[in-house]
Amino acid sequence: MSRDHILHRVRTALGRSAGQAVADAPPARIRVPQVEMDARVASMLARVEALAGEALETSNPSAFVAAAIAGKTAVASNAPYLAERGITNLPGVRSGIIDRDQLREACASADVGITSADYALADTGTLVMLASPHEARLISLLPPAHIAVVPRDRILTGLDELFSILPNPAAQTSSMVLITGPSRTADIEQILVRGVHGPGHITVVISS
Amino acid sequence: MSTEFDQKVHGTLADANLQLAIYTATGRLKEKRVETVAAEALPEYQELRTQANAIKKHAIENLDYYLEEFERNLAAHGGKVVYCKDGTEVADFVLSLATERAAHLIVKSKSMTTEEIDLNERLEHHGLESVETDLGEYILQLAHQRPYHIVAPALHLTRYDVADLFERRLHVPHETVPEKQTALARSVLRQKFLAADIGISGANFLVADSGAVVIVENEGNARLTTSAPKIHIAIAGIEKVIPRSQDLATFLKLLARSATGQLLSVYTSFLSGPRREGEIDGPDEFYVVLLDNGRTRLLPDKGKRQSLYCIRCGACLNTCPVYRKIGGHSFPWVYSGPIGAILTPQFMGVQHEPALPFASSLCGACGEVCPVKIDIPKILLDLRSDVKKTETREKQNRLEKLAFRGFAWLMTHPRLYEMAGQFARSLGPPSFQAGPLGAWLSQRDLPPLPGRSFREMWRRR
Repeated sequence: MSRDHILHRVRTALGRSAGQAVADAPPARIRVPQVEMDARVASMLARVEALAGEALETSNPSAFVAAAIAGKTAVASNAPYLAERGITNLPGVRSGIIDRDQLREACASADVGITSADYALADTGTLVMLASPHEARLISLLPPAHIAVVPRDRILTGLDELFSILPNPAAQTSSMVLITGPSRTADIEQILVRGVHGPGHITVVISS
Repeated sequence: MSTEFDQKVHGTLADANLQLAIYTATGRLKEKRVETVAAEALPEYQELRTQANAIKKHAIENLDYYLEEFERNLAAHGGKVVYCKDGTEVADFVLSLATERAAHLIVKSKSMTTEEIDLNERLEHHGLESVETDLGEYILQLAHQRPYHIVAPALHLTRYDVADLFERRLHVPHETVPEKQTALARSVLRQKFLAADIGISGANFLVADSGAVVIVENEGNARLTTSAPKIHIAIAGIEKVIPRSQDLATFLKLLARSATGQLLSVYTSFLSGPRREGEIDGPDEFYVVLLDNGRTRLLPDKGKRQSLYCIRCGACLNTCPVYRKIGGHSFPWVYSGPIGAILTPQFMGVQHEPALPFASSLCGACGEVCPVKIDIPKILLDLRSDVKKTETREKQNRLEKLAFRGFAWLMTHPRLYEMAGQFARSLGPPSFQAGPLGAWLSQRDLPPLPGRSFREMWRRR
């Protein structure tokens, strides 16, 4: 069997034996800066906009989303926060789907996907999405536009803080995705085109 | 130098359009990298490089340990590891799984590792449809070409080439606007994603303590490949394993900056096993193929094994004055540029293209930009020495050895050395009209011989 063959080759080459312990790895480099929440919000907004996304802070996210999806069809995730803020009840919004095939069909035809986010990273303008009964993978992926409604207290400083809060994301989910701006490519003559496979439009709504 | 290598190099040099395309694309990537790693943008850049190097060194030195840890943790989340020694074993595994599950259509996201083993060709040979979904890779698959560059695979093709290709292969009207070409590819590939039975991805990192595969991309095709079909197979070289999720805080900061000058790529997926109880979507089956394909051959040599630290960012290609002239397809295997010049001889044997380690000016730029600090120039020198050691032209080799031994002897006998110099000067300027030196000197002038040697001038000062 190739497993034993390959591991044997590796050990022989490295002068190790099966089951041999290892010296401690160099300590992981995690540096979490102290940044005030207002500054995090400002950085989040600026970064998303620099990536040609739309970003805003509002105390009434449902009014903003209602205007943004007027006349369009939308699929919203089962995140309790979206229901709490009245977004799942907006006209044109379909929510509460728990069947994979139904979700896929709904997402393949919807104009907009609406989600929350588990965290956001201020220094890169990133959304952090953990797959769960509340958040499916395809809602932020199949529709041509993605709106994420994120409570302001979920904005972290950056990657270091994320991995200090979640040292092992696999303990919680089969899929953690970091989303930094709209889908893009530059594969033809280095010309930037947005929305190649994922959403070409991303809107980050920070709600307070 | 093989005739093929020589011809490809000269073909590329003679093609003005191609020269411009390579120069512009690599130049732009190079500039963007510099902006994001500059001291004012990322003060801890050098510290991150040192850390990344230390982590990779530790992981490779204890590779068997971390592979087993990865395997155990992935299994705990319902994923399965399959070890394969070469492309044949990978194809056999995918084919037998496809047969068992009655699968026909495979969507693929970009993976240099699968390029190594010609996976698409192998699968299509057995009647499966395997579709590349990264825009650049899709274009190349239609054109039956291999990637020109690690991160910008189709940089050598123009929008007009793409228009011709789409017209011919997809039977659509001639369309030369990149936005519209992209939209067309999106709609064709979207249907493939929704119909596919299996998704095959590569992996940028394997995280041992979490049993997770990390995939970095900009388009969203890797996310679709890994979430839409019911089966996901990730194919990764065994060297991709890192100890902890927390190490990603180091590597992710370096990778996107070095590759494309982004702070982070658009999508970073961290995947561990099939979808879990309660999760609404995601694959039902999750496999990780750990591929050797020559990697274990690089492990015994403590110096050269650092070639396996590579995270495939492509920064060394963009900065290399040789790559920027001779391009990607001159290189004899899938990996091009400085990293290709050190990986190819080690994976395929130095005889595969003995000229490769010599096709470098040793300017050192590749080592300077490498985010994991691989000492590429040093490895190029080591490989040059390997090539010389295995040189088959024994006779010439012996003559060369004799000449160097004579020279060494002369250098250690100063009086004789001086006399030899006087004698040589008394003969007047040498002339080499014939022979290999003649060709070289036909475009160069030797400097005139000085009347006196430096030693004489020093004595008379």
